Amino acid sequence: MRADPAEYRLVSPGNLQAVLSLLAGEPAQWLLIAGGTDVMVLYSAGKLPKRKLINIWNIPELRQIELFPDRIRIGAACTYTALRRDDIVSREFPLLATAASWTGGIANQNRGTLGGNIANASPAADSLPALLVYDAELTLISVRGERRLAYRDFHSGYKQTALAADELIRDISLPRRFSGYVSHARKVGARNAQAISKVCLAALGQIANGTIRDVRLALGSVAPVPLRLNETERAVAGKKIEPSLLEMARKIVVREIRPIDDIRSTARYRAAVAGNLVAEFLEKLAAAGANA
Amino acid sequence: MNSLPGMGAKCEFLIAVNGETKMVLAHPMERLLDVLRNQLRLTGTKEGCGEGECGSCSVLLDGMLVNSCLVPVAQASGASIVTIEGISVHVLMSPLQEAFLECGGAQCGICTPGMILAAVHLLEKKPEPALADIREGLAGNLCRCTGYMQIFEAVAKAARRRVAK
Repeated sequence: MRADPAEYRLVSPGNLQAVLSLLAGEPAQWLLIAGGTDVMVLYSAGKLPKRKLINIWNIPELRQIELFPDRIRIGAACTYTALRRDDIVSREFPLLATAASWTGGIANQNRGTLGGNIANASPAADSLPALLVYDAELTLISVRGERRLAYRDFHSGYKQTALAADELIRDISLPRRFSGYVSHARKVGARNAQAISKVCLAALGQIANGTIRDVRLALGSVAPVPLRLNETERAVAGKKIEPSLLEMARKIVVREIRPIDDIRSTARYRAAVAGNLVAEFLEKLAAAGANA
Repeated sequence: MNSLPGMGAKCEFLIAVNGETKMVLAHPMERLLDVLRNQLRLTGTKEGCGEGECGSCSVLLDGMLVNSCLVPVAQASGASIVTIEGISVHVLMSPLQEAFLECGGAQCGICTPGMILAAVHLLEKKPEPALADIREGLAGNLCRCTGYMQIFEAVAKAARRRVAK
């Protein structure tokens, strides 16, 4: 059943403080809308539970990308297009730029936002594994003040987050210390654009003298939340990349993930692909080490 | 906060549509697509899926390609919108129209306005696109008739002609 616009309210306060005041006045009553690529889909289908929305598309504070010597700070309402166009994001955070390039199509990249992807909390979101491996930190803000939260602590379960009812995500900070890493991003899906992933990988690593020095692996669509593969990382760190290590890594990946059967794929297929993608990355890392 | 509209209230929005400023009275959550088609009678913009997957409702919002089914009209307030009707005077229109015709790039026509908008958006940024650029630029626009190859060919042909001039 299509939604009746007369039954909804959408206000455009135009500045961050006014947005926060509204949220504080009636916590949990309001839904924030930025580019609308998730909210409007639910709305049109008549499946949007909240009837009161706050427009944050036109809040300038949320649209900035700021550069500091040690980090980049991305406003939560920056679009995928803005991320793709940013030189530093492309150069130093290629996993994020790549994920942005295969999120939706161009029209959705022009509207979809990084903060929206985080708040929507889909375990299949393309950009979220990249945020995990880059050690992203979120700034959450309310009239009570602001707090920093490591992104890895944000998702507590399927579509469950640490965001309080009166809070919004103001920005996402990424430390600028990964530009020397070998990086690998892969999306496996029906097609790149406009298709939700069956499995997606973001991986970073360093290799010296044939030995893995630091490795950071995250997968989407294999668990109720975007998943960092802590166990697999620990198991391969300090090791030489050889066939037996790839086999061991595959087994640990499969043990660590919790994939399900759904309309896009099966748990069995996802487990096989997840292992393959991690092995593929380790081979790429080995090749980079051999060429160094 | 008294200035904020209440539940069920219509509001006035000023929107520049194809170069002409229009005053629209609408519920803020009305879809830009519906305002364009039903109030402004600009029915060249089509509704396909209604969920941002197919690109049939593509328009330019302040020069950016967007799916108008996913834009609440309140977010178009003060913005400049270009629809397929507005593109008819664009310098790229004739080359694209001719090339779509010659290459068989249009059949049933539902996707065509969106394809043209996406092609204009692409060619304004990349006058000489590679096939990969065209595929990417049009990836958000679905066509169930042509199989896409004729459309890609048409966009490439229009680009070549435009550059040659």
